[in-house]
Amino acid sequence: MSKLVLGLLTERFGEAILETHSHLGDDTAVVDPASWYDVARFLRTDNRCSFDMFTDLTAVDYPDRDPRFEVVCHLRSVDRGHRIRIKSRVGDPDGEGAEIDSVVQIWRGANWFERETFDMFGIVFRGHPDLRRILMYPEFKGAPLRKDYPANKIQPLIEFRKGNFEKLPPFGPDEGMSFGRQTHEYHRDDPEMVQARALAEKKSKKTLPARGEG
Amino acid sequence: MEPIDQDLDESELELPAEPMMLNMGPSHPAMHGTVRIVVELSGETITKADVQIGYLHRGFEKMCERGTWNQVFPYVDRLNYVSPMLCNVGYALAVEKLLGITVPERCQYYRVMLGELARVADHLTCNGAMAMELGAFTPFLYFIRAREMIWEILEEETGARLTHSFGRVGGMAKPPTPFFKRMVSETLPVVMKLVADGEKLLLKNRIFLDRLEGVGAISKEDAIALGWTGPTLRSTGCAYDVRRAHPYLVYDRLEFDVPVGTTGDNYDRFMVRGEEMRQSIRILEQSLEQMPDDGPINVDDPRIILPEKQDVYTTIEATIQHFKIVMEGIKVPAGEVYSYTEGGNGELGFYIVSDGSGTPYRMRIRPPCFAVVQGLEQLIVGGMIPDVVPTFGSLNMIGGECDH
Repeated sequence: MSKLVLGLLTERFGEAILETHSHLGDDTAVVDPASWYDVARFLRTDNRCSFDMFTDLTAVDYPDRDPRFEVVCHLRSVDRGHRIRIKSRVGDPDGEGAEIDSVVQIWRGANWFERETFDMFGIVFRGHPDLRRILMYPEFKGAPLRKDYPANKIQPLIEFRKGNFEKLPPFGPDEGMSFGRQTHEYHRDDPEMVQARALAEKKSKKTLPARGEG
Repeated sequence: MEPIDQDLDESELELPAEPMMLNMGPSHPAMHGTVRIVVELSGETITKADVQIGYLHRGFEKMCERGTWNQVFPYVDRLNYVSPMLCNVGYALAVEKLLGITVPERCQYYRVMLGELARVADHLTCNGAMAMELGAFTPFLYFIRAREMIWEILEEETGARLTHSFGRVGGMAKPPTPFFKRMVSETLPVVMKLVADGEKLLLKNRIFLDRLEGVGAISKEDAIALGWTGPTLRSTGCAYDVRRAHPYLVYDRLEFDVPVGTTGDNYDRFMVRGEEMRQSIRILEQSLEQMPDDGPINVDDPRIILPEKQDVYTTIEATIQHFKIVMEGIKVPAGEVYSYTEGGNGELGFYIVSDGSGTPYRMRIRPPCFAVVQGLEQLIVGGMIPDVVPTFGSLNMIGGECDH
């Protein structure tokens, strides 16, 4: 059924469809990021495709590849009952320049999914109406689902939020945590911690003489 | 004596006219989950709303990248903590699709039955909690009593009431207990009766109906565009049920109807859930007859399934096999797969990327709640403050699932 769609896509967009496969029954098309929006538009509007249900959008991080991220989108058609997965590769190995067009104009459901992908991977969706973090808080540093983000990394404590915020929500001075967070585990490569540990070791050497010396 | 309001010119009066900001949540007694809704009010009407989620984010996807494939089961339990069995089965099916294996027939029926029990419990919780938030505490107790009975079956089978961790790749942790069928067949009529009694208390109640009918309505096109699935989508009139549209396990052998609503308001969502419980019970009754009483529960593949404990202690082959599975994990062939099942709230999808090792390379869950809660803003803007409570309740947001 949706083999037909893959055929349609290659016929319509030619070079922009980089590869297609149907591994395990999931029809997949890898799309050039430049024509991401056009392909999405075509899939939504063309009668033979009519993918009106927005199912999922996410990304996968491959730190060793050159376009580093793979943006993966799953679609379904309610009338025809077929599904397709479209992917696009963006970003250089340092994680910079990961940008792709937003498809919120085509499916409103993409809104939160794109925000989540932005939050988790730092991929910017051009033309998104309200691109801000969704699962994490605004002060969060880094993109947690990237492979180079250590799972046990500790985030800095947050100051009280100050200043005027025009946007919803109305953050006031009563926001934020007034108490510190207790941790028992520190990130090993954190420069501050490395320094503190070295200092502590030095001290312990001074106060506790080795066995032979006494 | 002069009248007091003699010089009063109404145009000069400075009435406070700026919109009021109100913060509902993150922790609110009448809220269904941990979510924060910032609303801008004009009088009592909501003119703008911002739904903020993420308060229950625990990094599910990141955690999954650190363990073996079977170590994911306790995490998926905590996604939808109202119907964990559906998540267990959904995840197991996803990995099995990538492995290219099918579990034996008896296990398929077992999974269907446990899953449908969980679905009934899920809908009972949603409908009961929604009624309770509107002040109807008694029906809530009826529903919770019914849920308790279902949980007792699940406890008997899995050893845990809520976080079962019962699924395994290629089967289940344990075969059904000898009294499983009897327990189910004896409990179902009682559950049916409690559901009927609870609904009877609500559906003739003027206050309850007034707060549901015509409130929080959404069109079919909007719901589809927002990515809604499950009971909330079906309440708008779109009969999309994964069990019917893309049958998995043995759903193609079972007879059931897909109830749909017409207007997509709170009342329809309530009724669709109520009817779905009855359909689930129908599925359970058929499965009771069709499920074979003996036969294997797990696939016969020593690379996937742990050997018997007795063999691990007595034979070297089983010891090695046990060690390999526990220490290195199951080897899942490299590739990617998107597998979807009907969860309690709609299409529960798992997008899995494997690099051929014993650890998932990327585990993406497509939580049905996430798309549904996304539509909340549209539902409540233009309505009144008290309408937020039943509308939000009928969407059945499960924080663990929505926030990953």
